[in-house]
Amino acid sequence: MKAAVIVFPGSNCDRDMAVALKAAGAQVTMVWHKEAGLPSGLDIVAVPGGFSFGDYLRCGAIAAQSPVCKALVDHAERGGYVLGVCNGFQVLTETGLLPGALMRNAGIKFVCKSQGLRVETTASDFTARYGRGEEIALPIAHHDGNYYADAATLETLNAEDRVAFRYAGNNPNGSVEDIAGVLSANRRVLGMMPHPERAVDKAHGGIQGEPLFAGMVGALASV
Amino acid sequence: MTTETKIDDALIAAHGLSGDEYAKIIQLLNRAPNFTELGIFSAMWNEHCSYKSSKKWLRTLPTTGPQVICGPGENAGVVDIGDGQAIVFKMESHNHPSYIEPYQGAATGVGGILRDVFTMGARPIAAMNALSFGEPSHPKTKQLVSGVVAGVGGYGNCFGVPTVGGEVRFDKSYNGNCLVNAFAAGLADADKIFYSAASGVGMPVVYLGAKTGRDGVGGATMASAEFDDTIEEKRPTVQVGDPFTEKRLMEATLELMATGAVISIQDMGAAGLTCSAVEMGDKGGLGIKLNLEDVPQREANMTAYEMMLSESQERMLMVLKPELEAEARAVFEKWDLDFAIVGETISEDRFLIVHNDEVKADLPLSTLASSAPEYDRPWDPTPAAAPLSDVPAIDPIDGLKALIGSPNYACKAWVYEQYDTQVMADTLRTPGHGSGIVRIHGTNKAVAFTSDVTPRYVKANPVEGGKQAVAEAYRNLTAQGAKPLATTDNLNFGNPEKPEIMGQFVGALQGIGEAVAALDMPIVSGNVSLYNETDGTGILPTPTIGAVGLFTDLGQIIAGPAQDGDTLILIGESHGHLGQSALLTEAFNRIEGDAPPVNLATEAKHGDFIRAQHANIRACTDLGDGGLALAAFELAHAANTGATISTSDIGTLFGEDQARYLIACAPDAAQALLDAAKADKVPAQSIGQIGGTTLGFGDSSGDMRDLQTLYTTAFATAVG
Repeated sequence: MKAAVIVFPGSNCDRDMAVALKAAGAQVTMVWHKEAGLPSGLDIVAVPGGFSFGDYLRCGAIAAQSPVCKALVDHAERGGYVLGVCNGFQVLTETGLLPGALMRNAGIKFVCKSQGLRVETTASDFTARYGRGEEIALPIAHHDGNYYADAATLETLNAEDRVAFRYAGNNPNGSVEDIAGVLSANRRVLGMMPHPERAVDKAHGGIQGEPLFAGMVGALASV
Repeated sequence: MTTETKIDDALIAAHGLSGDEYAKIIQLLNRAPNFTELGIFSAMWNEHCSYKSSKKWLRTLPTTGPQVICGPGENAGVVDIGDGQAIVFKMESHNHPSYIEPYQGAATGVGGILRDVFTMGARPIAAMNALSFGEPSHPKTKQLVSGVVAGVGGYGNCFGVPTVGGEVRFDKSYNGNCLVNAFAAGLADADKIFYSAASGVGMPVVYLGAKTGRDGVGGATMASAEFDDTIEEKRPTVQVGDPFTEKRLMEATLELMATGAVISIQDMGAAGLTCSAVEMGDKGGLGIKLNLEDVPQREANMTAYEMMLSESQERMLMVLKPELEAEARAVFEKWDLDFAIVGETISEDRFLIVHNDEVKADLPLSTLASSAPEYDRPWDPTPAAAPLSDVPAIDPIDGLKALIGSPNYACKAWVYEQYDTQVMADTLRTPGHGSGIVRIHGTNKAVAFTSDVTPRYVKANPVEGGKQAVAEAYRNLTAQGAKPLATTDNLNFGNPEKPEIMGQFVGALQGIGEAVAALDMPIVSGNVSLYNETDGTGILPTPTIGAVGLFTDLGQIIAGPAQDGDTLILIGESHGHLGQSALLTEAFNRIEGDAPPVNLATEAKHGDFIRAQHANIRACTDLGDGGLALAAFELAHAANTGATISTSDIGTLFGEDQARYLIACAPDAAQALLDAAKADKVPAQSIGQIGGTTLGFGDSSGDMRDLQTLYTTAFATAVG
């Protein structure tokens, strides 16, 4: 199973993402944002967290214009898997691979803590190893995680069972319908604000991110 | 040709130089300096760069040991953690800028300390912040807290270093002068540490990073309008930080170091270009020539004076192997950063500044570096504190509520939830649970970090207070099971020209020195911040101690939390020392009595005992201010349960005697630990139990959930 992690200037969870993918059994290549293409034979591309381009202009907006993002979109359009976490989720909405937008947290402040989540669907390779409705806890760390989409988009997301995670308990950022992560129509692109890669090792204090990587890598390895 | 600014008494004074100091410059040069040269001298000789009031005393501190790879004098200290790896760390203040512009002041404080660490070849892996603010009710406090915390987070979060610890305190002495002390630690290979000493003649001096602007030019010395009419517009004297550029600068610098192109490197901090160039030349016994027209500039028509004194952030100076220039340039172009050859090393002992073919400064470099004035300022020993008069009776639960309802002792989640505490995915313990712990990536080792001082103690008794700051750091590391390794000191005091303030400084350094020697935690780096005064009143003397501890195996970590039914055991002797205690301050608004005495041999003995017994200990916390009562509450809170302590004696519960720990042991381990304590002659007694829905002190008790609510909301209520 071959994975790539895109590195933008300002990415800072790129290594963490690579570690989590490798632990789940993937072969991982780091790809610099100025590359015009992706390595051939890739199964999944991960867009990591951080502050690509300093979050200047709008989180993820400049990164979405990087040469590699054209190849990322092509990969997704060919049916390739994409995982975007935190800033990576922001990049995916900016590239148009996922609907909606991520605005400044309703509380204005950056927020970093362990956050309860509810798994809303198991109908994706990312979430298949969780139980539907299962409550898990993952770390969050963001300033702009307030997900927004218009009513028609929300209706589609709900009707197509594309909300992967919702915040359980207090919503930390004011996101619409407590949405924490969404899937693409073909269920192969997942964007989420919480950091599963920070919860894959007992030393992290929790391993509830592990099923996400295991499910994804496992499904792709068996293809 | 520009008109040379005339140097008169007012200009000299505006540069912070005394008449005697100016006379010394003339004597050293055998002539009067020009304007640019005056600026360069003022930068090299100010208190911040020259340590002229403190140097005599700093020399007395223990700085060596088998674990020390590099002590004070470089950008940061370096300690050995085995397996060919090293931790590079330092703490530095950014007090005045943070009071003027809290967000940028704090942000650039974080940026400066991170730069110190990666300049030495280390990737930053942890940060901490020790913050001191004025009274919560003071009109400026909320704005400062919110700005400083946002600035710390804004920089560190974007840069991508986990903030794993720190302190936040409030006292009216900081009303007009908050303290922002930023700590950073990085990981490097022990044989790949980079230093500042240049070597080789004719080697290119390379400028890296962000462009130079007029920000921070001359800092506080540039207030006079008489000599700044060549500057089109005044800039705020606080620099503006750009963590995105810093992140790229770090990545590029580490990548560049890996190419083998770097001979020496120095970050540009205060008086950037001046201090960094002089430092590199002086340490290498070389001269430096700079061509200022080659300096990347953000603004038009900058003068030599402005460029030499600019404090623009995210810049580095380096001496490069000429044959590897192309590789070096490629690295910086990859990261879209400026890379410019701005000068060369020369064999003569000169600091030669040329701007558009005109010599703007020509100074003897080694003299400039080494001849800064050094003062033996008069000092008065701090008089012994008056004994504490009777403390009124108080219910122990009410006493505890006075503490946990105060922002000084309440839960600081409001603060640390604004910091990314887990980026890099090696954080094993986040803030709020004792010292922060970070795993060494890809290994079974970890390091712990803590920052401590109790300023009230230092004011009442500088020697014991200085010792206590170190002892507290030692205990905080020990309580997690770590072996304390080394220390950085960030010494914040008032005006050293006042003998009583200088007496605090001298006393505190004596105490710190004795303690780091006895506890084998040498000082490997540090920073002095003096003149922390407003309207003639100094801050509480605040020598912040940042310390690093090592776990050679993750199994040494005392992980916690305690569990229902665990036995609570108190290690150490309690004598009911209530002088300068948190209870006295928070419950009775009284600041009286002496600081608790510190017995360093006892500290070491009890610390060794805790580490040896780690397998028997489920959870552990040191007893600091707030004593046994606060420690018991914190252990129970961490386990989200209650606890009972058998005594209701106020002295036992709230006394702040040193060398004490509260530990929770599984019932079967408790007896083994008590037996070991008896054999080792370590005072240990079973004093209660974890569990239940209440916190009980003898026959007094409170509902645990209510106490937890108070503890977790008091900070935001006071200053949020």
